[in-house]
Amino acid sequence: MLVHSRRARRAVHAVFLALFLPVFALPFLVVAAASLATRWSGILPAGVTLDHYRAATGGDAIDALTTSLLTALAASALALVTGTWAALAAKGSRARRVVGLLFMLPVAVPSVVVGLSLLVAFSRPPLLLNGTSTIVVLAHAVLVTSFAHQAVSAALDRLDPAYEQAAASLGAGPVRVLLRVRLPLLLPSLSAAAGLCFALSMGELSATIMLYPPDWVPLPVKVFAATDRGALFSGAALAVVLMVTTFLVLLAVSRIRTRAVHR
Amino acid sequence: MTTGIRFDGVSVAYGGDVVLDSLDLTVEPGEVMALLGPSGSGKTTALRAVAGFVRPVSGRVFIGDRDVTDLPPHRRGVGMVVQQYALFPHMRVDANVAFGLKARRAPKDGIAARVAEALEMTGMSAYARRYPRELSGGQQQRVAIARALAVRPGVLLLDEPLSALDARLRSDMLAELARLHRDLPDVSMLYVTHDQMEALTLADRIALMDRSRLQDCGTPQDLYRRPRTEFTASFVGTANLLPVTVTGDGVRFAGAVLDVPAGTAAPGAPATLCVRPHAIGLGEGPNALRGKVTEAQWRGATHRLCVDVAGHRVTADVGEPHGTPPLGTEVTLHFAARDAVLLPAAAAGAGGGAAHG
Repeated sequence: MLVHSRRARRAVHAVFLALFLPVFALPFLVVAAASLATRWSGILPAGVTLDHYRAATGGDAIDALTTSLLTALAASALALVTGTWAALAAKGSRARRVVGLLFMLPVAVPSVVVGLSLLVAFSRPPLLLNGTSTIVVLAHAVLVTSFAHQAVSAALDRLDPAYEQAAASLGAGPVRVLLRVRLPLLLPSLSAAAGLCFALSMGELSATIMLYPPDWVPLPVKVFAATDRGALFSGAALAVVLMVTTFLVLLAVSRIRTRAVHR
Repeated sequence: MTTGIRFDGVSVAYGGDVVLDSLDLTVEPGEVMALLGPSGSGKTTALRAVAGFVRPVSGRVFIGDRDVTDLPPHRRGVGMVVQQYALFPHMRVDANVAFGLKARRAPKDGIAARVAEALEMTGMSAYARRYPRELSGGQQQRVAIARALAVRPGVLLLDEPLSALDARLRSDMLAELARLHRDLPDVSMLYVTHDQMEALTLADRIALMDRSRLQDCGTPQDLYRRPRTEFTASFVGTANLLPVTVTGDGVRFAGAVLDVPAGTAAPGAPATLCVRPHAIGLGEGPNALRGKVTEAQWRGATHRLCVDVAGHRVTADVGEPHGTPPLGTEVTLHFAARDAVLLPAAAAGAGGGAAHG
């Protein structure tokens, strides 16, 4: 505990809330309020209704939510496998930094560029993925792999080599050491990375909008389309559905993490 | 199955730094060999070369008759116990102990029995269903030993296994390890330690390492009673190392002639006299040394006196009945001729005084 007296602690909390509320909480509160409104002319929205939610939890919107969930699950799984693999392979070698930078590159350029480059790269046979759901998943994976790779290589650096050496001296080959010792010990970091990748993918819009086929419309695209045509309140309801779903999944993932830590 | 370990000119270097310099050493089947030395002396590197975690730049390592130099660690069939236990935190005690058996594809129906046997041997049967984090340090180390023994290795490597334990627990575990060695007379043990007590208590032979090299090797009694070098004398036990000159019938130290068997040393040659502190008595006697008390420590059963004899520091552990002489008192010390060992003078920096191991 950095601050001891009760009054000082309260003051610190107050400063924190003063920073936190307008920056993080307020925008979300506004979205939540808008999702329940039919008009917003004064300070507060008016004409409370649940119609937007009725629309946001049925038909097209539910399809879009399912699409987003499937995309995010597939993309974070792909990112986790690629990032972990790269981290394990490059551990302790000079390639590590290069690999890290390569994975970071897609994050550093505008996501639109990532979408465009995938579009160009996969538009001709034999690599014809244009117009498939695969290319959307691929784009998301490219965008989030860096986070998985960073998290796993940091955890690998902290992992005491004594564990894998003990396992090897007991007669375990490299595969058994990986599956029974290293990966289980990395589990907390893996699930943290999975959560981050999933959240990033659930909200991805710029690259998606370049790539999505008509039968694979993720929810952020729906939100954008709604706000773009001026339907702000139904867009807000879609956004709330997206946030709540993401939050619930992250909560489930963090439960895996705490269980892994407590073992 | 009896298997020994043989180092045949093993050198290990990290990027040009030689950390182990052409080690030749044989651990006989069933023998406990302690690798004793200060930190950075290459003793842990030697053990890791047997385990397969470092690759020698030259020389061969044999386990039994098998040249294992090029084998990966998991094909070497050794058991290993390290200072920080390295129990798998995500597995219960019984799963930890069963790990090696499963890795070596032991028949499934035998695994439970072997796990129970290994836990029984280390007195940890009651803790089979616990997670390592629920155990104390000493219990964790017992589990680590059980895990290493469960695969019935011919060779057991112990890398400072007791260093993380407190003094009381350490002496209990030491006795435990000695008992295990009696129960498993066929298992060769290579025991790395910087603690001379552990080495003296447990080892059949001690290999003394310093500055990446093997300095001396012998039974504990041999190294303690008849050290051949100043390093051995000072590192195995505590020793007074006094610069003397060999005369016809003894040695000359600080003007006084001491009656010490000179052996084959030529008269007039410089030498070092090694006398253990506990072999020195207070009061008149043979080989008397006179000096002023500069330091006195009460250690319960004994007093440790540091006495300045003609500019050389002599340490003596004397019994309680004499009482503590006040600092600055003139005292006389003596020792029996048979308790002294004459060593060839060290090539460089031969100074007087006591070295504490």
